[in-house]
Amino acid sequence: MSTTVEHLPGDSTPGQDQDRSASVRAMLKGADARRKRTDRGMTVMVYLAFALAMVPLISVSWTVLSNGIERFNLYFLTNSMRGVFGGIDAGGIYHAIVGTVQITLAAAVISVPIGILAAVYLVEYGRGLLARSVTFFVDVMTGIPSIVAGLFAYALFAVFFGPGIRMGIVGAVALSVLMIPVVVRSTEEMLKLVPNELREASYALGVPKWLTVVKVVLRTSVAGIVTGVMLSIARVIGETAPLLITVGVIDSINNNLFEGRMMTLPVYVYRQYQQGYVPCAADAADCISTINFDRAWAAALTLILIVMALNLLARLISRYFSPKLR
Amino acid sequence: MERRVKLSRFSRAGSAVVIGALALTLAACGSDDPVGNATGESTGDGSTADTVSDLSGELNGAGASSQEAAMNAWRAGFQSLNADVTVNYDPVGSGGGRTQFVEGGVSFAGSDAALDEEEFALAQERCMGDFVEVPLYVSPIAVIYNLPEVEGLQMSGETLAGVFNGDITSWDDPAIAADNEGVELPSTRITPVNRSDESGTTENFTEYLAAAGGDAWPHDPSGDWPVQGGQSAQGTSGVVQTVQGGEGTIGYADASQAGSLGTVAIGVGEDFVPYSPEAAAAIVDASPRLEGRGAGSLALELDRDTDAEGTYPIVLVSYSLACLQYADEAEAELVKSFLGYVASEEGQQQSASAAGSAPISAELRGEIETIVEQISAS
Amino acid sequence: MTTTAPPPAAPPAARRRRRRTTSDTGLSRVFRWLSTGAGALILLVLAAVAIFLLIEAWPAISAGGDELSARVSWFPEDANLVTFVGPLVFGTLLAAALALAIATPLAVGIALFISHYAPRRLASALGYVVDLLAAIPSVVYGLWGALTFAPLVYPVWDWLASTLGWFPLFAGPASQPPRVMLTVAVVLAAMILPIITAVCREVFLQTPRLHEEAALALGATRWEMVRTAVLPFARSGIVSASMLGLGRALGETMAVLMILSPGTLYSFAVLQAGQQQTIAANIAAQYPEAPPLGVSTLIATGLALFVITMAVNMAARAIVARRKDFSGAN
Repeated sequence: MSTTVEHLPGDSTPGQDQDRSASVRAMLKGADARRKRTDRGMTVMVYLAFALAMVPLISVSWTVLSNGIERFNLYFLTNSMRGVFGGIDAGGIYHAIVGTVQITLAAAVISVPIGILAAVYLVEYGRGLLARSVTFFVDVMTGIPSIVAGLFAYALFAVFFGPGIRMGIVGAVALSVLMIPVVVRSTEEMLKLVPNELREASYALGVPKWLTVVKVVLRTSVAGIVTGVMLSIARVIGETAPLLITVGVIDSINNNLFEGRMMTLPVYVYRQYQQGYVPCAADAADCISTINFDRAWAAALTLILIVMALNLLARLISRYFSPKLR
Repeated sequence: MERRVKLSRFSRAGSAVVIGALALTLAACGSDDPVGNATGESTGDGSTADTVSDLSGELNGAGASSQEAAMNAWRAGFQSLNADVTVNYDPVGSGGGRTQFVEGGVSFAGSDAALDEEEFALAQERCMGDFVEVPLYVSPIAVIYNLPEVEGLQMSGETLAGVFNGDITSWDDPAIAADNEGVELPSTRITPVNRSDESGTTENFTEYLAAAGGDAWPHDPSGDWPVQGGQSAQGTSGVVQTVQGGEGTIGYADASQAGSLGTVAIGVGEDFVPYSPEAAAAIVDASPRLEGRGAGSLALELDRDTDAEGTYPIVLVSYSLACLQYADEAEAELVKSFLGYVASEEGQQQSASAAGSAPISAELRGEIETIVEQISAS
Repeated sequence: MTTTAPPPAAPPAARRRRRRTTSDTGLSRVFRWLSTGAGALILLVLAAVAIFLLIEAWPAISAGGDELSARVSWFPEDANLVTFVGPLVFGTLLAAALALAIATPLAVGIALFISHYAPRRLASALGYVVDLLAAIPSVVYGLWGALTFAPLVYPVWDWLASTLGWFPLFAGPASQPPRVMLTVAVVLAAMILPIITAVCREVFLQTPRLHEEAALALGATRWEMVRTAVLPFARSGIVSASMLGLGRALGETMAVLMILSPGTLYSFAVLQAGQQQTIAANIAAQYPEAPPLGVSTLIATGLALFVITMAVNMAARAIVARRKDFSGAN
C-alpha cells in the first residue's frame, strides 16, 4: 500500500498500478507460503487436538448415560442393598445416597466456616509472615492427594479412638481437608472483588470493622461465596478413595454419622464394579449376570447428575444473584 | 437500593433452597428391604406362616471375604426365618476376623485358615474353654482358562506349576501336550492371571502347587502371589474378568465364579478330575483332622497330594469360629441357631446356589451339628 | 482502609465514640481473633496431617524389615521400608509423568481452540462443557476405563509394541487384556485434561487484546499471533495448570486401582502387565484387610506420597512466582 503513496499521482496509469500491486501481492504470497503452511498446519493440529480430546470425554458421558439409564428409576433410588445377593434383580442406592448426603453436608459444615473465616483473614486482616504462609500453604493444601487426606482422618481418629475405627464423621473430616482450601481460594477471590469504597463508606458511618465485614463485605459477595461452596461440594462429593478407607462399606441404611460404617455413592460404584459378573445357573430365572455392572453404571449416572446439578445451581446463583459491580 | 433488592431476593431464594434440602432429607424415606422380605410385618404377633421364632437381637461376625457371598445368602435366609434378628458380617479378611474374634469384638468369625498357636491360646481365654472351629464353607478352586478352540483341558500338578511359574509359556508346550493327548493345541502365548490382593484362594492354590508341583514350584505357600510380573487382578471377580478379557489367559478362581470359562481337569494319581462339588467335598472327608485342638475343633490338614479317586485337590476350606460357651444367654442362642442353620442342609444348599460352594457331606454335618448343639451360656 | 481520619472539627464526645467503635475492642477483636485463628488453623491442619501420619506410621518406620515381613503377609521378604516404597514411588511418578505428557499438549490445544479458534458462541458452550467434565468423579473414569476403554485398546498397544518395541518404554510383548500402565496413563490423562484445559483457557482469555491485535496488525498469521502474543503471556499459567494436573495424577487412586495389574518392579515397560504400581492404588488395595502393622506400613507409604506432592506443589508455586516476576504482562 505504501508503494502507491511514494509515487506521484500523475506517474501512474491504472495499468501500471495493477501490475505493481499484483507483483507485490505475488511477492507477499511467495514469502508467506511457508508461514501460511505453518499457520494452516497448526490450525489443523489445534482442531485435531480438540477432536482427539473430545473422544474420551464424550465417550465417558455417553457410556454412563446409555448404560445407566435402564436401571435408573425410583425403586433404585429408594431402596438399599440389604439382603440382596447373587444375581437377583433387586437392590438400590438409597443407603449410599443417605451416606453421601450426610458425609458431604458434615464436611461442608466443618469446612465452610473455617474456609470463609480464613479468607476473611487473608483479605481483611492478613499482613506479614502469617498471611504469606497461609496463602502459600492453602495452595499447597489444594494438592494433597485425596487418599492422604483419608489416611490423615483415619490416623487422627485412630490416635484417640483406637485402631480399626470406621464411621461417617471420619470421612467427613477427610473430605473437609480437601474442601477447605477450595473454599478459601474461591471466597478470597470473591472478597477481593468487593470495592474498597464500600468498606470505607461503612467505616465513615462509624460501623465497626467486624460489622463491616459481616454486613457489607460478606453480604455483597455472598452469591459468589455460595457459588464457590457449591463447586467445592461438587468437587468432594465424588471422592472415593478417602471414603473407602475411612467409612468402609455396608449394605443397609445407616443414618448415624457417629457410629458404624456408611455407604457412599462413589464407593458403591467401586464396590459393585469389584463384585463383577455373577455366574448364573442356566435355568435360573431371577438372575442377571451383569447386575453388578448395571448397578455400578446407574449409580455412576446418579453421581454425575448430582455433580452436574450442583454445578448448574452454582452457575445460576452466580448469574442471578451476584451484585453487578461493573 | 438496587443492591439491597438483590440481596433480599437472594436470601429468599437461599432460604427456599435450604428448606428444600431439608424437606428432601426428611421426607425421603427409603426402604431397607429391597427384596421384599417384609421383615417388619412379621414382628407383630408372628402371624407369618410357620416361621414363628422367639429369637431376637443382633449378631455380629467378621472375617474372610471369601465367605462373603455365602454369608450374604445365609444371613438373608436366617433373617427371613427369624424376622427379629439382624446378622452382620464384616468381610475384613481372615486375619482381621480372627483378631476381632479372640479380642471379643465379634461373636463369630470366618477364617480361611485354622487358628495358629498364639491365637489358639487367646481363643481359649476368650471362650473360657474350648472354641468351635468347623469347616462350613468348602469351595472348589477352579483353574479357568480362555482358549476358545480348546475344551476339556487337562493338566497335572507339575504342568500347572510350570505354567503359573512362567516356565511354560506357550499353549502347545510338550508338557501340556503330554497331558492332553489327541487335543490340538494352539501356539498362543500363555498369560497367567493371579490375585493381586492377599487371599485365602491364593494361599490354598499355592499350597496345592507346592504340594503337587514338585520342583516346578520353588515358592512357599502364601496368601500373597509369589511370582513377580504378570497379569493380576483384585478379587475373584477381577481374575475372572481378566481371564475373560484376554486370549490364552489362565487363572484360578472360586469355582462359583468361573461362569462360562473353560476349567482345567486336575491330575490326581492316574486320572484327571474336573472340579465338582462332590469331588471337593470328597477331599474334605478324605483329609485327616488336626489333633489336640479341643472338643469343638474340626480343623483339617488338607491332603493336597492325594491319590484318592474322585477327589478334587484344590479346595478352599473356610472355617466358622465361635465359642462353646458365651457369658450372655441371648448371644449363645443366636450363635447356636445361626451356625445350626448354616450347617443344615437348607443352609448349605442356600450357599451352594448363591455362592457355588460345595455342600458338606452328611457325615461331616452330623459331627458339626453335635458340636453346635453344645453351644451354651455359662 | 482503616486510615479514614475523623473530621478534625468533630465535637470531643463524638470523637471519643468514634474511636471506641472503630478501634479494635470487644466484638471487633473477637472477630479478628476468630478469622486469624481460622487462617492459623489451616497451617495447623497441614502440620497435623504430617504429624498424625507420622504417629500412625511410626510402628512401621521403627520396625525392621524382618519384623515387617514376618507380621505383614504382603510385605516382601528381605526388604525394608525404603526398598518397599521405592518401586511404588517409581510407579507413581511414571504414571503421573506419562499422563501429563499426554494431557498437556492436548489441553493446550483444546484451550486454544476454545479461546482463539472456535466461533464465539460455540466457545462459551464448550467452556461450560469442559468445566462440567472436570467435575466428573474419578471413579466414573475408572469404571469407563476398565469396562469400555481397556477392551478396545489392545490392537493399538500390540501395534505399538511391534513397531516401537526397541524403545524401552514400549518393550513388548503387549499384554492382553491391556491392564497396563499405558492404559492407566491414557485414562489419567483424560481425567486431568478438563482441569488443565480450564485453567489454560482462563489464562489464554486474559491475554491483553492489544498484544493480539498488535501482532495481527504486523501481518502475523493466527498461529504466529498465538505463538508470539498468547503463549509467552500464558507460559506460567500453563506451567501451573499442568502442575495442578500433575498433583491430581500423582494422588489418583481409583482409575489405577480398577485398571492396572500391579507389580513392584523398577520397569519402564508400560505395555506389560504386572510391572508397576502406584502408592495410592496400593494403599486402597491393601488397606481393607491389612493387619495393624500393615496399616502402619501403608500410612508410611502415604506419608511418602504426601511429601512428594508437597514438593511438586511447592516447586510449581516457586516456578510460577519467579515467572510472574519476569513476565512484563502483569
